Amino acid sequence: MAQAKPRVKVPKSAAAGEVVTIKTLISHEMESGQRKDKDGKVIPRKIINKFTCEFNGAKVFECDLDPAISANPYFEFTAKVNESGSFKFTWVDDDGAVTTDEQKIEVK
Amino acid sequence: MELTRRQALGLSVAAAAFAITGFKSGQAFAAAEDSEKRIMEFTGGKAPQPGKITLTAPEIAENGNTVPVSVSVESAMAGDDLVQSVMLLADGNPNPAVATFHFSEASGQASATTRIRLAKTQNVIAVALMKDGSAFMDTKQVKVTIGGCGG
Amino acid sequence: MRQILRGLLPAAALTAVLSGPALAEPVDEQLTIDGREMTVRTKAPEGYPFDEVLSGWLFRTAETRALEADGFDNPGMLAVEAGGVIWNTVEGTAGKSCATCHGDAAESMKDIGAHYPKWDETTGKPINLELVINRCRTQNMGADAYEFDKPEQKQITAFVRHQSLGTPVSIDLSQGEMQKWWDDGKKLYYTRTGQLNLGCSNCHEEIMGKYIRADHLSQGQTNGFPTYRLGDGLVSTHGRFRGCIRDTRAVIPKAFSDELMALEVYVAWRGTGLSVETPAVRQ
Repeated sequence: MAQAKPRVKVPKSAAAGEVVTIKTLISHEMESGQRKDKDGKVIPRKIINKFTCEFNGAKVFECDLDPAISANPYFEFTAKVNESGSFKFTWVDDDGAVTTDEQKIEVK
Repeated sequence: MELTRRQALGLSVAAAAFAITGFKSGQAFAAAEDSEKRIMEFTGGKAPQPGKITLTAPEIAENGNTVPVSVSVESAMAGDDLVQSVMLLADGNPNPAVATFHFSEASGQASATTRIRLAKTQNVIAVALMKDGSAFMDTKQVKVTIGGCGG
Repeated sequence: MRQILRGLLPAAALTAVLSGPALAEPVDEQLTIDGREMTVRTKAPEGYPFDEVLSGWLFRTAETRALEADGFDNPGMLAVEAGGVIWNTVEGTAGKSCATCHGDAAESMKDIGAHYPKWDETTGKPINLELVINRCRTQNMGADAYEFDKPEQKQITAFVRHQSLGTPVSIDLSQGEMQKWWDDGKKLYYTRTGQLNLGCSNCHEEIMGKYIRADHLSQGQTNGFPTYRLGDGLVSTHGRFRGCIRDTRAVIPKAFSDELMALEVYVAWRGTGLSVETPAVRQ
């Protein structure tokens, strides 16, 4: 299945000290481990269990996800930026796979 | 202060969660007890108070698989006035755990929005743990509807 | 719930099952997606059973409507982006991608999604987006045709149709035998089938606006397909037709069968004037 990059919305620029809104959306089935297949066997859990947002290396926002987070996990949160730099986003799957994305912001 | 119906419901549910009274079915009893246990673990034994945290959720969820919810905590997010974490629970789900948000000074605000799965009509509970150890809670009941054609 | 339904329902008893508000108006609101206004409500074509053609968007809760109104928040856009990756991916013996011939989809595919199904001389039948894409793959790319509802098929179809976002649906019935297929589709629309003895019109016309359990019944338009359904993810037009027919407990016609192609022609016509909303967000 063609895999899209995670979608991330970060403003291109901001004033120093401004609180900006960030949105992220990633394609993932978030198999909860509650469903059964046609033969009645439980479909094993496979979810993204952690999402992290860092700015210039420092943690801004983090989420521990449980199977009750909907498919295609979506987050909207804020970050206070004092200087220009780079946001790094990380999604960790139950199987250990890590997906990352980076977005720059210019702070005046 | 006049309570809205929602606030009264939220408060009464919060009170019931710590009194464990009035639940008719064994399963509801277990779910509420499990939620209460998780809340106490999260806060280190401190009973959360109403106030400061607002949980926004639809009154009626058109589809229980994708229910948008938001949390917001009044806090300067600086110095000692800092929200550490917010835990989301769904007390009617097979497993009440939904997510835990962790904030920092770099968050600027303690607010987050996501989409969650609700197995049936139930309470969504949000608990905020502050840096100084205090805890706050808000609850909303979300009605989860069953679609017409199942398909 | 299903067991109860099976026991209870000759078609005549259908109205007795409905609970909740007897008739709820669809909202009177504008849909603007990232600043672009969509037509979600328009005067009906001649011979139409209603005065107004209404998008299914108007029948959803505020939270669901909000998901579609923001191009970033819309979960269906993940599939559109995946389709964009497919668009640029070389596949097949000819060593081409869609982009090799069609370049920038925003230009080459602009508006075409509003005019399918169309008459196809080669096959002597109407053809829809999924089938024309498959034909391009086999004939021009030397690639395999997609199986019905393969994730890639839904993604590329959503990507192509999304390029027509905002364009009013308009089907050309004057070409070839389109009118005959429209007639066949209309007959199917009004025919009761299945154990539950229901036709499309029983829900989407006779009790449009009422509730079936907690579902607010729309006119059953196809202007937003492939659509992101909150429970199922991305759903194709024939996927939805088959799901609906399955739920009446009828023998389900195959995807792209003559029956479903005729139905697609007729139902697309019923949406004349509505903006393409792909990927729409529905319950």
